[in-house]
Amino acid sequence: MAEVHHHHVHNQDPEAGAEQRKAIWKTFWILLIITSLEFVIAFTVPHGVLKVSIFIVMTIVKAFYIVGEFMHLKHETKTLIWSILVPVIFVAWLILALLLEGNAIFEAIFG
Amino acid sequence: MAAHVTTPGAVEPKMWLGGIEPMKASYGKLMMWFFLISDTFTFSALLVAYGTARFSFPAFSGNHEDFTFSNMYWPVPERVYESVPFLHGVSLPLVFVGIMTFILIASSVTMVLAVEAGHRMDRANVEKYMLWTILGGFTFLGCQAWEWSHFIHGTDAGSVMKVMENGAWIEKTIFGANLTENQYGPPAFADFFFFITGFHGTHVFSGVILNILIFFRAATGFYDKRGSYEMVEKVGLYWHFVDLVWVFVFTFFYLV
Repeated sequence: MAEVHHHHVHNQDPEAGAEQRKAIWKTFWILLIITSLEFVIAFTVPHGVLKVSIFIVMTIVKAFYIVGEFMHLKHETKTLIWSILVPVIFVAWLILALLLEGNAIFEAIFG
Repeated sequence: MAAHVTTPGAVEPKMWLGGIEPMKASYGKLMMWFFLISDTFTFSALLVAYGTARFSFPAFSGNHEDFTFSNMYWPVPERVYESVPFLHGVSLPLVFVGIMTFILIASSVTMVLAVEAGHRMDRANVEKYMLWTILGGFTFLGCQAWEWSHFIHGTDAGSVMKVMENGAWIEKTIFGANLTENQYGPPAFADFFFFITGFHGTHVFSGVILNILIFFRAATGFYDKRGSYEMVEKVGLYWHFVDLVWVFVFTFFYLV
């Protein structure tokens, strides 16, 4: 087993994975910049549909980078990508359906 | 064992017992993905319930500057979360939760750097980045403990609210929040705060425990002997998921 270990140490190339590390830091800066922009928008854009829409789009962009790059899903097989994405699409529908339901409850009580 | 010695780090551990590798992912990694999907459902259920409750309550309609706490409408989040440790009485909306978000994103970066070091069988760097990730996790938990404590104890003045007690409406000053009383808005708002951030915090906590286990096993040479650092990757998936959930909690609970 000690031999196995040595084998690897000698094979280690300091440049190995350099490109991957570059991609990781790039993703970090993208996430940081989007989060900072969210703060700017939180205090400059008036509250309304536009603001909420911007926040939702930014959140999805952040989720795309975290799942795609950090969790490596972008580089997996297509079957795996769809196995994860399809259930999430149904969840998005559930969210929409129950927001409408919440609005109907509001109308029934206060409308 | 012989096969391992001659071809260290080769793909054998990835093969499933049927001799193939479905979706080109190892058994453990695929099961982690399926677990995360089920966990997505749980968190979605909480956020969906939050959205439904919020849409069924009146929203505050006036100017944000004129906002005061009342249980008659849903509060404006930036006026609820505006405290920062050591800066008592200073209004700094969303600053502290912004710091928490940054800490969690940073710890996700160190985690993925540990995974990358694991691919190269670089034990020293796996140890280094796992320690940073663990530190980030503990810092986040510490921040959350402070935030909860502040939320529970409330502001100096509290809020005067009309509440139903023993069958009669009375005026009462409420300090902070628990599951039945809430100085910031309707009690449901505090309930969702405790359940959603609490459930997320529990995930962070178990993530830190798993990270410590991975650090320990890496540091004692377990993965070198096994010839694969894939465990770092699997726990990394969980840790990124926790970060991902926070991104959604941050938007839907604190920003919108």
